[in-house]
Amino acid sequence: MAAIELRKVVKIFADPKRGRELLTLDNIDLDIDANDFVCLLGPSGCGKSTLLNIIAGFENSTSGQALVDGQIVDRPGSDRGVVFQQPTLMPWLTAIDNVAFSLKLKGVAKQERQRRAMEFIDLVGLRGFEHHHPAELSGGMNQRVGIARALLMNPRVILMDEPFAALDAQTKLEMQEELVAIWQKHRCTIVFVTHSVDEALVLGNKIVVMTRRPGRIRESVAFDLPRPRDITSPEFNDAKRRVLALIREESTRIAQVA
Amino acid sequence: MTSAIEVSPVTPVARTFRLSQAVERCVVPVLLIAGWEVFARSGYLPPALLPAPSAVLHALGDWVFGFDETTQTYSGHWTRDALASALRVFGGFALAGALGILAGVAIGWSRVFEKTLEPTLQMLRPIPPVSWIPLAIIWFGIANKPAIFLVFLGAFFPVLMNTIHGVKTVDHNLVRAGAMMGATGRQLLTGIVFPAALPSIFSGLRIAIGSAWMLTVTAEMVAVKSGLGYVLWDSYYFLRYDLVLAAMISIGLLGYLSDLGLKAIMARVLHWQSATTVQGRAG
Repeated sequence: MAAIELRKVVKIFADPKRGRELLTLDNIDLDIDANDFVCLLGPSGCGKSTLLNIIAGFENSTSGQALVDGQIVDRPGSDRGVVFQQPTLMPWLTAIDNVAFSLKLKGVAKQERQRRAMEFIDLVGLRGFEHHHPAELSGGMNQRVGIARALLMNPRVILMDEPFAALDAQTKLEMQEELVAIWQKHRCTIVFVTHSVDEALVLGNKIVVMTRRPGRIRESVAFDLPRPRDITSPEFNDAKRRVLALIREESTRIAQVA
Repeated sequence: MTSAIEVSPVTPVARTFRLSQAVERCVVPVLLIAGWEVFARSGYLPPALLPAPSAVLHALGDWVFGFDETTQTYSGHWTRDALASALRVFGGFALAGALGILAGVAIGWSRVFEKTLEPTLQMLRPIPPVSWIPLAIIWFGIANKPAIFLVFLGAFFPVLMNTIHGVKTVDHNLVRAGAMMGATGRQLLTGIVFPAALPSIFSGLRIAIGSAWMLTVTAEMVAVKSGLGYVLWDSYYFLRYDLVLAAMISIGLLGYLSDLGLKAIMARVLHWQSATTVQGRAG
């Protein structure tokens, strides 16, 4: 059984201001295996974030369903960790308290919370900053806190919505490397939304290319280049060419229709 | 040794800078008060109509310390009068704060409360609190209660409006993050929505403490026989404008101090915002 199953997921947004409906996701069928690192790749506005929100339980599909570990998703839950595009931390809590927030909700004692949170603070390389508030940390550091927070819940799947989009190129590269290392160490299922072909190819072992709106699955490509991946190697460039061709075909199709 | 060498050239510069800043701030008030003193002593207006600052200070001094009974029955009774006003301010303010936050969170968070409660409150809001004075007197008589009632009315709405706004504008993704971590509805409200709304709630409280002093003084002029507002109005009847001015100064000072106290509490509670001051977002 796949870790995540999407069954004919359709999402239609009502646009009452213009009196029409917007078909955002059209019949998405997708299986994601356990321990896969799947990159959802598609142009802006193709509905990839919406799809992620449906898996997270933040939004309901208009028809069809999403299943995680065979269970129908109908609300958010701690079996699915989410890393948002913005760090989305509680600004009144220190880094360590943000990481441990899910434990506090469960009523775990303070000492135990701190001990477990510290483990993940270490993992994302923030030792020494655990008592800082988000306003005192850089964007990249806050995003690390967000990742540590999701990892601590020990979820079945981690859903990431362009988490590195707001970071500078240097920090982005570092974070990508770390994320791969964490994934290899923790063996969890990751669904990572991005619009960058390079990012998808650096991270994923499966690339799912989506079409422009209405979002459909264009193609799902397995990509098993050994890690660490050299983004200048011929194999990487071959894969990039293939994926870019898929995307380009897609835009020409749109151009012809228009 | 090194630190002494590094620090010494900086400190005098900083000190002169701070000193010149202090001088800059004082220039206008000092000139105004000096001009007022000169004008009052010139005899252009009878001293009873425009007491000189020195006379006001004298009256205030006697009111506070009772050294020569120039303020007659009020001599040495400032503490009692100020306390009477302060109790009304804080009674009404505490009530308004508690109920305003409670109702504001309920309306901001729940559609049911928004639909049932908010229209009524919004209809009551435009009625100026002072226009309730007749009803306050017939309902509560002449004592603390009508004053506290008026203070409550004046302080309640700023707290309510700001709390509603604060709760409604909580970053949607923070709530999602909470739900993702398995928070129940109640945990979302107390653990995320309420703390996230606190900056707004505090700005409501700061507006409210201003209204509270305003309405206490108004109530004391009309419906109460004690407090700073009463002294002010009573001195007006007895043509003691020095005491009127002394009362105005006292009210201003206490109002300023209450706001300062509230600001100090806010700085403690919202300490996590302090880092943003550097970037000029708070303050």
